[in-house]
Amino acid sequence: MTGVGYGDLLVALAPETALVLAAVAVLFIDMGLMRSAPLRQRFLTASAAAGLGCLVTLGILALSRAHLRFLDGVLVVDSLTQWVKIFVVVLTLFTAGISAQAEFTEHVGEYFALLLLATVGMMFLVSTEEILMIFVSLELTSLSLYVLTALDKRTRHASEAALKYFLFGSVAAAFTLFGLSLVYGLSGATNLTEIAAGLRVHRLDPLLAVAVVMVIMGFGFKVAVVPFHLWAPDAYEGAPVPAAALIASGSKVASFFVLAKIAVLGFAGVEGSGAWGQLRAGWLPVLAVLAVGSMVLGNLTAIVQGHLRRLLAYSAIAHAGYVLLGLMAMGYPSQRSAALSAVLYYVATYGLTTVGAFGVASVIERASGDGRIDALAGLSRRSPLLALCLMVFLLSLAGIPPLAGFFGKFGLFTAAMGADPAGLGLLWLVGIAIAMSTVSLYYYLRVLKQAYVATGDEEASRIVVPWTDRLVLIAAAVGVLVLGALPGLLLDPLARAIAGGNGF
Amino acid sequence: MFAWTIYISFAGVAVLMLLPRDQAGRARWVALGTALAGAIAAFGGAFQYQAGSGLRTIARTSWIPSLGIDYHLAVDGISVTLILLTAVAAVAGILFSWNITRRAKEFFAFYLALIGGVYGVFLSFDAFVLFVFYEIAIIPKYFLIAIWGSTRKEYGAMKLALYSFAGSALVLIGLIAAFVVARSQTGVPTFDLTALARVNYPESFQRWAFPLVFVGFGILAGLWPFHTWAPTGHVAAPTGASMLLAGVVMKLGAYGCLRVAMTLFPAGVRHWQTEIAVLAVVGIVAGAMTALVQKDFKFVIGYSSVSHMGFVLLGLATLNEVGLSGAVLQMFSHGVIAGLLFAVVGRMVYDRTHTRQLDELEGMRLARAMPFAAVTFVLAGMASMGLPGFSGFVAELQVLIGSWRAFPTAGLGAGVGIVLGVAYLLRALQRAFFADSAGDARGERAGEAIEPISLPERAGAVLLLGATLAIGLYPRLLLDLIVPSVTPLIQGLERGGGS
Repeated sequence: MTGVGYGDLLVALAPETALVLAAVAVLFIDMGLMRSAPLRQRFLTASAAAGLGCLVTLGILALSRAHLRFLDGVLVVDSLTQWVKIFVVVLTLFTAGISAQAEFTEHVGEYFALLLLATVGMMFLVSTEEILMIFVSLELTSLSLYVLTALDKRTRHASEAALKYFLFGSVAAAFTLFGLSLVYGLSGATNLTEIAAGLRVHRLDPLLAVAVVMVIMGFGFKVAVVPFHLWAPDAYEGAPVPAAALIASGSKVASFFVLAKIAVLGFAGVEGSGAWGQLRAGWLPVLAVLAVGSMVLGNLTAIVQGHLRRLLAYSAIAHAGYVLLGLMAMGYPSQRSAALSAVLYYVATYGLTTVGAFGVASVIERASGDGRIDALAGLSRRSPLLALCLMVFLLSLAGIPPLAGFFGKFGLFTAAMGADPAGLGLLWLVGIAIAMSTVSLYYYLRVLKQAYVATGDEEASRIVVPWTDRLVLIAAAVGVLVLGALPGLLLDPLARAIAGGNGF
Repeated sequence: MFAWTIYISFAGVAVLMLLPRDQAGRARWVALGTALAGAIAAFGGAFQYQAGSGLRTIARTSWIPSLGIDYHLAVDGISVTLILLTAVAAVAGILFSWNITRRAKEFFAFYLALIGGVYGVFLSFDAFVLFVFYEIAIIPKYFLIAIWGSTRKEYGAMKLALYSFAGSALVLIGLIAAFVVARSQTGVPTFDLTALARVNYPESFQRWAFPLVFVGFGILAGLWPFHTWAPTGHVAAPTGASMLLAGVVMKLGAYGCLRVAMTLFPAGVRHWQTEIAVLAVVGIVAGAMTALVQKDFKFVIGYSSVSHMGFVLLGLATLNEVGLSGAVLQMFSHGVIAGLLFAVVGRMVYDRTHTRQLDELEGMRLARAMPFAAVTFVLAGMASMGLPGFSGFVAELQVLIGSWRAFPTAGLGAGVGIVLGVAYLLRALQRAFFADSAGDARGERAGEAIEPISLPERAGAVLLLGATLAIGLYPRLLLDLIVPSVTPLIQGLERGGGS
């Protein structure tokens, strides 16, 4: 307890508390007051309430100077976790924004409450260094997301997607839990730093290797890397668009952060080596295998996709592969903080880009009822704004400067290459990553070709973009552009937070 | 002054995006105004720049301190030459795009974005900034071709975009590796080109990093056998874009080879010198021979670009002062001449006759229908063949002398290329304009329908012809700029190099 009073705890947890209260308020407003209102109005009101909750939470996060380490890492609050939470909440805010005009379910209150609860789960996930707490928060997030996926009961796709997501997810969670229990058995500790100390005695015996692989497997599922990616295309395509956006953005930010914590803090000492020709067992080579698989398979499979959201799913798999390069760089102490800020910059801007891309997809799907890439034909005439936003988001994903995706990749690759400057050990991975980015330009351009080059149906009417969507899309596009042109806006505070943090 | 070229171009893009739709007339004037303002900035800067005064920093502010990246713009004589080329080509390209009416506002927005990127590359002295501008230039090219092009435009556009992106991928790997190795040696992170050039990279590293970066940039310079994007891309592009592609964008590649690959890795250059020369000569001869058998008028010019860019690469490979300054002069010269040739083929001939097949053009007796086009093509063809009085002569002669000193056999091969160049140009000229098949009914009909050459076209043609003649008659205009900047490069090449 080391002198942490209940008051301090409450102050440190104020953002999470605010968000939970917002979830309750949304439920109350929708079920109590808006029962008989038309569906459109209920969505608009509930999304406004949820958005307000997010804004209040962001305010608290921005003003909070809390610095707390409770019960040896059950709860860790410092400037770094605050930043990651800000990313997560901003992404939730945007998700709530693109939900405002939706009409896919009667359960409006539940939908927004689950959205916020999933976010609370992510925030706890970010804020802990204790494996039980990690598991519990992970489950809070996952269960909320499973339900969100299934909420659109009008299509069978959504049910199929939700079932797949749920089944894969439960199995993955079981693996994680088993892995964590082995880790506990070997080290006798549940706190990440103590685990590392406990494991140091064992070096890498077979049981530990099994444990490491199993834990990584569970998180590999969360961030959708090959070969644990099979649920992603279906979930991205079948789930309601905003829910898919949250799965693809906020949930990834939190999962990558906690995966980095587990690997770097918990498995310190069993890194092994991922350098070409000198592979040594540990978590680095495991990540190397996952990264190569994701980058190659994700990019190549994306080429043949005909559905925009499915294409985004495969591109997400590829992007998860790039991020793993950054995590690997964190295994080398000399690059740890640089790699961490590169990873966080990347996942934050990637999340922003993805939410934007899903936002465009949701407007188009609502207008034309068709999510295929072919349906984008003539978009530049039907809605110049949507086409321009789509161009910004996709080119950022492809890594074209001055958009954020370019600097994100550049930072990751520089960190990975710098991890072992003498031997350039990770050069082979960086080479694969850059080569595969070239492939990715092909399929992004294919989408943009439909939007800008194909003329489509000349009769097709203009697409009206509601003001809520317009707000979110423009904000996201401007964010992608500004953060890409001036990466220091994000990198400098992150570097300061990492230096002042008590975790990494 | 120079920095304004970049900002003006991108400001032009912003203005165009704010224009209402379907106002082709206004969009054109905005574009022309922007290009002219950029040209004024470029020429103004060039007058301020004193030949022989070495590297002049224009702007320098810290951009991303943690990686030692500065927004560093600077010029030396080589950059000034290429900026002037860009200014001339940008204005001429817009004059020859005066007849674009479909989605004109978007056309000129992409066009100016491309120009802005190009200015940026020629001005950057930080490897990261240079790379950023280099990549910015890729996307507009794709859309310019895919939307406004002809003849398999989507294929040509995608091929060009992917080749460019693959090239920049190679460059990126090399640059990051160079950065990391330099940082581990000196402890200071930097992407500054002059600072990186001072780093003593191990020879084993240079041996693999140099070809990566050189080939990466070389792809865009039409380096054989990675040149195949060029003919298809040039042919598919609308006239203004082909003029930029052949005239300026290919120079981005050659400039990158010179400024980045050769400056950073002197030992690597020396190791691969012969291989580059061989590829360059193969490119010169193969490009010319392929041009000789083309049925499509525009493909003749497309392959001739590959051949002429071979001279640039050969000049780079000589590693002596005459050859290198010849290479830079050839960049300028080819930029102007290729622009002119594409303008005649694409705008003057194709837009009026709607065919580029030499077989069909043969019957139209275009010399009589369009005397201005014929004369322009004759003059441009003479410049391209390298007849004295035109810039092509001075440039290619220098490259030949340089390569004669470095590797006589290569000089011989290049000479064969020049002879072939005369052959394919005369063949195209004769068949397209002066075929004597009198009494062909089709030709008569086409002759009536042909509209006269417009004022913007005349202005553009005069501008480009004036540029090539000026340099041809008084090459010191540019050579006085180029040579003093080549000398330190040569010194670097001799001094630098591995342990």
